[in-house]
Amino acid sequence: MTDVKAQKPTIAAAPRKTVFQRFMRRVQNNFRLIIIAVPLVWLVLFFLAPFFIVAKISLAELAIASPPFTPMIEWLDGGVVTIRLVFDNFAYILNDSLYFDTYVNSLKISVTSTIICLLLGYPIAYAIVRSGPVAKPLLLFAIILPFWTSFLLRVYAWMGLLADQGTINNLLLRLGLIDEPIRMLYTEFAVYVGIVYTYMPFMILPLYANMEKLDGSLNEAAADLGSRPTNTFFRVTLPLTMPGIIAGSLLVFIPATGEYVIPDLLGGGNVQMIGRVLFNEFSSNSDWPVAAAVAIVLLFLLVIPIIIFQYFQGKASQDP
Amino acid sequence: MGAKLTETNAVSDTPWLNQDGQQPLVKIKGLTKKYGGWAAVDNIDLDIYEGELFCLLGGSGCGKSTLLRMLAGFETLNSGTITIDGVDMADVPAYERPTNMMFQSYALFPHMSVEKNIAFGLQQDRMPKSEIGDRVHEILKLVELENFKKRKPKQLSGGQRQRVALARALVKEPKLLLLDEPLAALDKKLRKQTQFELANIQDQVGVTFIVVTHDQEEAMTLATRMAVMDAGRFKQVGTPTEIYEFPNSRFVADFIGSANIFEGRVTENGADHVRVKTEIGEVFIDHGQSVNVDSKIWVALRPEKIHIVKSQDPASGPNQVSGEVDDIGYLGETSIYKVKLPSGHIVDVTAPNQTRPMNRTHRITWEDKVNISWEPSSAMLLTS
Repeated sequence: MTDVKAQKPTIAAAPRKTVFQRFMRRVQNNFRLIIIAVPLVWLVLFFLAPFFIVAKISLAELAIASPPFTPMIEWLDGGVVTIRLVFDNFAYILNDSLYFDTYVNSLKISVTSTIICLLLGYPIAYAIVRSGPVAKPLLLFAIILPFWTSFLLRVYAWMGLLADQGTINNLLLRLGLIDEPIRMLYTEFAVYVGIVYTYMPFMILPLYANMEKLDGSLNEAAADLGSRPTNTFFRVTLPLTMPGIIAGSLLVFIPATGEYVIPDLLGGGNVQMIGRVLFNEFSSNSDWPVAAAVAIVLLFLLVIPIIIFQYFQGKASQDP
Repeated sequence: MGAKLTETNAVSDTPWLNQDGQQPLVKIKGLTKKYGGWAAVDNIDLDIYEGELFCLLGGSGCGKSTLLRMLAGFETLNSGTITIDGVDMADVPAYERPTNMMFQSYALFPHMSVEKNIAFGLQQDRMPKSEIGDRVHEILKLVELENFKKRKPKQLSGGQRQRVALARALVKEPKLLLLDEPLAALDKKLRKQTQFELANIQDQVGVTFIVVTHDQEEAMTLATRMAVMDAGRFKQVGTPTEIYEFPNSRFVADFIGSANIFEGRVTENGADHVRVKTEIGEVFIDHGQSVNVDSKIWVALRPEKIHIVKSQDPASGPNQVSGEVDDIGYLGETSIYKVKLPSGHIVDVTAPNQTRPMNRTHRITWEDKVNISWEPSSAMLLTS
């Protein structure tokens, strides 16, 4: 411990940096912020802002104007600013049993479709994961293949298949299995077929991604410890694929609840879903405020259970 | 632990000599597993006795893991039989076999705590809850993880996970415990320590272990007996000492430890000695081994059994040669000398560094003239 004080640190004169170098240094230091900022700006611009516009319209009154609703903020003479928030639209929706019944029917159809998608999609995803190196990419390709064709075209194709004089009825008639056409188009059955068919890939793909990561030796370990295959499925495979089940179910349930095209084309007027009601309010009735209120209620109907669900899910995964 | 595991092990230390007419616990006969046309396990016969710690040693792809997985019931077999404790395993599925396996990846259930992982196997036997609790507690004490029972596998270190995997496999008190590279995922220091722990645990619980490993040091430390495997076949089965000191082929001599192997011809075959003329000179071996005079043979010399002396005088006579130090590998406790002979052959010699070098240079250094020699008992004769 002798000349500690004598050894003064010598600072080498830092070479002057160019403006560009200093800029790049700043970019590097704030890289995390920049990375986060891009999706944030996107979400604010194309998600949050439109949401507030819709929320604003839902609090307005129908008016003969363009656009057809009253402004929220009005400047009156003498510098008076009035803000009008009209809650009539919500009261109207909640009191009219038509809307209530339609919401319930939409949820019923979307929940049932989600369960059907899960029951069919789970074994399909499992089979793809277990398939050989040649079959696997082909099977995955087959799952994604429908996206190459327009969604609308595929729904029209289903109309052709399900119609009274459609392919399926003609085939059954010709085979002599039935005497008169079975009514399929413009029934709830057709809507289920359409929704399950359309949203199946959204169930299979997250399940596949989740199962692909599963360590196959876990199944062997369970068997080795004396567990029969069914027991292994419920105690090991199912809990470990739960994230995939949740992701897939939400991806089916959310868009299916607000579905418009499928109930309109395949259900005709016989199947009431909230997407159709919303469309009718908006275009036929030109009642933008009620349409906006319908959309906001739908949003809360979807978001609240998801938030509650995720809260418990997060708690469960933190527990030791 | 239940009564079965605390019972003292009455079997002898060398059950495979079969002095008391004991039936083997595992009987493997003509076992073959083919993938396409290629045999991963090729017509293997093996008896393993109760209380043994048997190691299957071999390089990757030699079939050792396949053999283990066939015992566990994860692989079907093409021909042959596996009998465990007198029962033919042909139609017994994995979940009904009296074996448990410790996986190389440990295969711990990530969504279950340590406690639940260990209890899983006992629950399958529909054991009463209180007994499960007792057994889990006992085994956690054995592997010293009592304070970690509420943790999930990902909250544990590699060494702790390894112990959970062992506990989970042991808690069912299997007749046979199969361990697939049990220590491969640990770092070197922990691995050495765990080798002895594993052997101690096996001694305490008295369960028969079959361990698959590619690490010969691990096999030598753990095993009561071991099999050296290559291309689906056993090259040699024996105790670690037998395999190291009396290898039956060039493959085994070279695979276990290191060996200098020279080709030669038998010149004299006495009752208690053999003389061989080799590429590096005459070798005299003072243990009788029936070989034919003038037959082609290989002589193997372990590097640590060769003495090395600095000397200017050329060596003469059997079992000694002169040469020059071509290279030195300094390992701390020992050094490896690569000695170049006039014939051009390089002989590896290891010597312990028993004295601290003066002036930071070793007594024997590069390009020194040296004489190397070995005892008449040291050279190993190999006929294949």
